[in-house]
Amino acid sequence: MPADDAAVASGLAGVASEPGVAKPDPILVVDGLRRTFGGLLAVEVEHLEIPRGLITSLIGPNGAGKTTLFNLLTGFDRANAGHWSFDGREISGMPPHRVARAGMVRTFQLTKALAKMSVLDNMKLAATGQTGERLLPSLVRPLWRPQEIAIEARADELLARFNLAHVRDDYAGTLSGGQRKLLEMARALMAEPKMIMLDEPMAGVNPALVESLLTHVRDLREQGLTVLFVEHDMDVVMGISDWVVCLAEGSVIAEGRPFEVAGNDEVIDAYLGTHRAARHRREASS
Amino acid sequence: MDIVEILADSLRAGFGPLAAAYALSTIGLNLHYGYTGLLNFGHIAFMMVGAYGTAITVDQGGPLWLGILIGMGCAVVLGLLFGIPTLRLRVDYLAIVTIAAGEVLRTIVRSGDRESLTGGVFGITQFAGDFYSLNPFADGRYGWGRFSYSQRQLWVAVVAWGLVVLATLVISSIATSPFGRVLRSIREDEDASRSLGKDVFAYKLQALVVGGVIAGLAGTMIALERSAVHPDSYLPVGTFTAYVVLLLGGAGTRLGPIMGAVIYWFLFEFTDGFLRGALAEGWIPGSIIDSTDIGPIRLMLVGLGLMALMIFRPQGILGNREEVLLSAR
Repeated sequence: MPADDAAVASGLAGVASEPGVAKPDPILVVDGLRRTFGGLLAVEVEHLEIPRGLITSLIGPNGAGKTTLFNLLTGFDRANAGHWSFDGREISGMPPHRVARAGMVRTFQLTKALAKMSVLDNMKLAATGQTGERLLPSLVRPLWRPQEIAIEARADELLARFNLAHVRDDYAGTLSGGQRKLLEMARALMAEPKMIMLDEPMAGVNPALVESLLTHVRDLREQGLTVLFVEHDMDVVMGISDWVVCLAEGSVIAEGRPFEVAGNDEVIDAYLGTHRAARHRREASS
Repeated sequence: MDIVEILADSLRAGFGPLAAAYALSTIGLNLHYGYTGLLNFGHIAFMMVGAYGTAITVDQGGPLWLGILIGMGCAVVLGLLFGIPTLRLRVDYLAIVTIAAGEVLRTIVRSGDRESLTGGVFGITQFAGDFYSLNPFADGRYGWGRFSYSQRQLWVAVVAWGLVVLATLVISSIATSPFGRVLRSIREDEDASRSLGKDVFAYKLQALVVGGVIAGLAGTMIALERSAVHPDSYLPVGTFTAYVVLLLGGAGTRLGPIMGAVIYWFLFEFTDGFLRGALAEGWIPGSIIDSTDIGPIRLMLVGLGLMALMIFRPQGILGNREEVLLSAR
């Protein structure tokens, strides 16, 4: 499988399949991350490394804390404890816009296409370092116009790649669910991230479109981006991931190459809903 | 009842200094609510600090130009005071804080504490002399028949409409720039904007301050027109008048505030003239309403009109219906 080839090439081959394992070249390193909602422990990750330049998927049953983990890492939610660094830079506690500027851009489970803005405006919004986005320069058109033209050209290129060129001037609110997912992915790319975090990119998408979305995700890796995505459809995960992290009840219970994780007893238990995994953890901690 | 007279009076109101000042104030509100989605319910407070800033400065012996600048400066400070504690929170907090803070401010001025400065309940008068001494129009009336202004009214109207044009140019160049694109994205979905690296708080604060300064100038114009400031002129109803004007013209449109202000003041004057005429002609029996009821009935009609507008044309006169329908999806 091509996914395995990539994993071998990247040097993940020698990495053991166990929770919290160190990787040769991690882009994101999480330590002691903890988030509680009242008495409920939503996320507790002791150590997690996301390998650079690969596709890592975050799986786990409903309520496992996948989206909460995403929100914590990207600054949309505040952690009770923990540190995490991105590309060698500490980003714990940073507000979302600074996380995004650091190069870690996310999408949302419920797509946030800006409905009353055109598809093209959605794209252009995401470009970084725009002179015209400052108040006083915005008043003087010649100051930002050349940059705007360059941004528009780049947006058109991406729209073409994501098969959205024909709806470029439509309101984003008129797009279908699948097109919105594509738009959100393309828009995230406009921000020129180093790592892109996709929260259930396949949720609610017509099965015929899933394959096309997956192709786009693979393309991201080909371009050297790191991809972390949340998904609970195991079939999708198996086909595309270089590395899989399984979360259950807020903790990492397993990680490894897709086929290893798929055969892991704890993962199977977590998905089938027995309480063996939880019991196991209680015994281990006592 | 002379319908031509009533129409002429209504036209005079529609293009008069007060309509111009409200158009200006609504341009500020349009930046807040129309473009950025900030539910500012204390808009009248910006007008109040603009008016008082000017009045107090001149009253204390300062020149008029300094008074106008201080009025604008007060609006900046008020924008920061409103914005810094609330703009990190959800949009409803801004609404609650601004409506309360506006009333608190008015009550403080009214209370008579520092009466030597603010004039307490009596307000301040006779500070507009310098403004009218600049009036280039000779004494007399300008216009046609009853659709005419005195030289003083005309001078205020010309300056105020001039400011309206200027503010419209500034706001529309902001709105069509990348800065305006960020503001619209905040109106649509703050989190999406944040996820793309935009410092939402900073943008909201800038929008609040810039819109507030425009409203402060509008407050100054109203104060100059009346040659008086008085705390009870700044009741919350002023905020809602600006909202009616904005929704009527079309929130988030370039010319909506101007269109809204002209039509609002035209209709407001027209209903008054018409009701009085109808009462005098006996079309409406005096046993149902008398002339003192006309004021309240006018406001009821405003409410009724606004309801009808929201039902039949929610985008306002100049708004884009497609945009409004999208938010229902």
